[in-house]
Amino acid sequence: MQSSPTRDLIVGLFVGIGLLAVGYLSLNLGGFSLTPDRGLQLHATFNQIGGLAERAPVVVSGVRVGRVKRIALADDLRARVTFEVNAGLELPVDTSASIRTAGLLGDQFIELEPGAEDALLGEGDEIGFTESALSIEKLVGSLVHDAGLGGGEESE
Amino acid sequence: MIQAAIERLGARATHFVLELGRIGTFFGVLWLQALKPPFRPRRLVREIYDSGVLSLALVCASGLTVGLVLGLQLHYVLVRFGAEESLGAVVGLTLIRELGPVLTALLVTGRAGSAMAAEIGVMAATEQIDGMRTLAVDPMHYVVAPKALALTLSLPLLSCLFIVFSIFGAYLIGVVLLGLDAGVYMSSLEQAVEFDPDVLGSLIKALVFGALISLIATYRGYHSGRSAEAVGRSTTSTVVTASVCILLADYVVTSLWEF
Repeated sequence: MQSSPTRDLIVGLFVGIGLLAVGYLSLNLGGFSLTPDRGLQLHATFNQIGGLAERAPVVVSGVRVGRVKRIALADDLRARVTFEVNAGLELPVDTSASIRTAGLLGDQFIELEPGAEDALLGEGDEIGFTESALSIEKLVGSLVHDAGLGGGEESE
Repeated sequence: MIQAAIERLGARATHFVLELGRIGTFFGVLWLQALKPPFRPRRLVREIYDSGVLSLALVCASGLTVGLVLGLQLHYVLVRFGAEESLGAVVGLTLIRELGPVLTALLVTGRAGSAMAAEIGVMAATEQIDGMRTLAVDPMHYVVAPKALALTLSLPLLSCLFIVFSIFGAYLIGVVLLGLDAGVYMSSLEQAVEFDPDVLGSLIKALVFGALISLIATYRGYHSGRSAEAVGRSTTSTVVTASVCILLADYVVTSLWEF
């Protein structure tokens, strides 16, 4: 097998460009990091999580800081959500977690509102203050109900 | 009459099982030889040139066209729902999860798989393979294994290039032609695509398809008859079998990977 420098060069270029494409898809688009620095795992228990799904974003003041890892039913039949936030994030212990909806019918996500305490949340801590998902059906239902009652009183 | 029909059915079934067993054995021997020293980097470079570099222009051009079409068609659908901002997300996920690996594999089957089957078939027909055996050179190790390894390694690279070109093509349609915001397109793309299920699954699909194409092409070539006509037949059957197998394997990989 005689060696051919031109062919070696072309094959080298091909492999290089190919790996560049793999890298672009993985790193830029996929957000893959070679050092999987395990973020801070936190738990929160909600009465109602609505349509919250695994891998949903976790935000602070609208900035994405992590994602939901696992959703399970706790022993007391409430929804226990485990999520991961960036390792460097300093959240006070009295931070509250609420489930919000992006837009009227958009995807649901967890919003963290930092509290005022000096002590910080650590690995595996439980967030005490939680606010459940707002159910559009319940909201509309109560509106209709109230409107119906109001109308009834007026007509009498 | 009925007995003859049953006999034919039996013969078919036996033949099918035998063939399956032969392919299985061939697969085992092939990868055993591919991973057995001495490695031949020069042979591998040559084969990557044949199956990877020579498919490069085809894959990139097809990727760009597929991206252009996908941009137009998906935009048409998304506008109906007033969701044209998600063009980037839909294009990216469609390409990375499905179209990229599958279309690249089908293109490479036609371009490199058929050439591989024909090359090995001609070597078998002109008794070069037998000649190697006489010289105590294992043709599986010297000829077949580097070809299979090269194609299997090239396919993920080609598939990623296809995806990048398609995303660029859809960008041209969405942003340049139809006036979407460039930032909206890219951010919806970046937010929707995750490494773990999406990109990793795409790479695994490409690897599986590469192994499948190289197995079918080398098997058909190696076991083709000793005539020009037989080599032609084995080339055709490589393309047909590999295309069907890719689409079947695509369903299997997708369902196993996701659920």
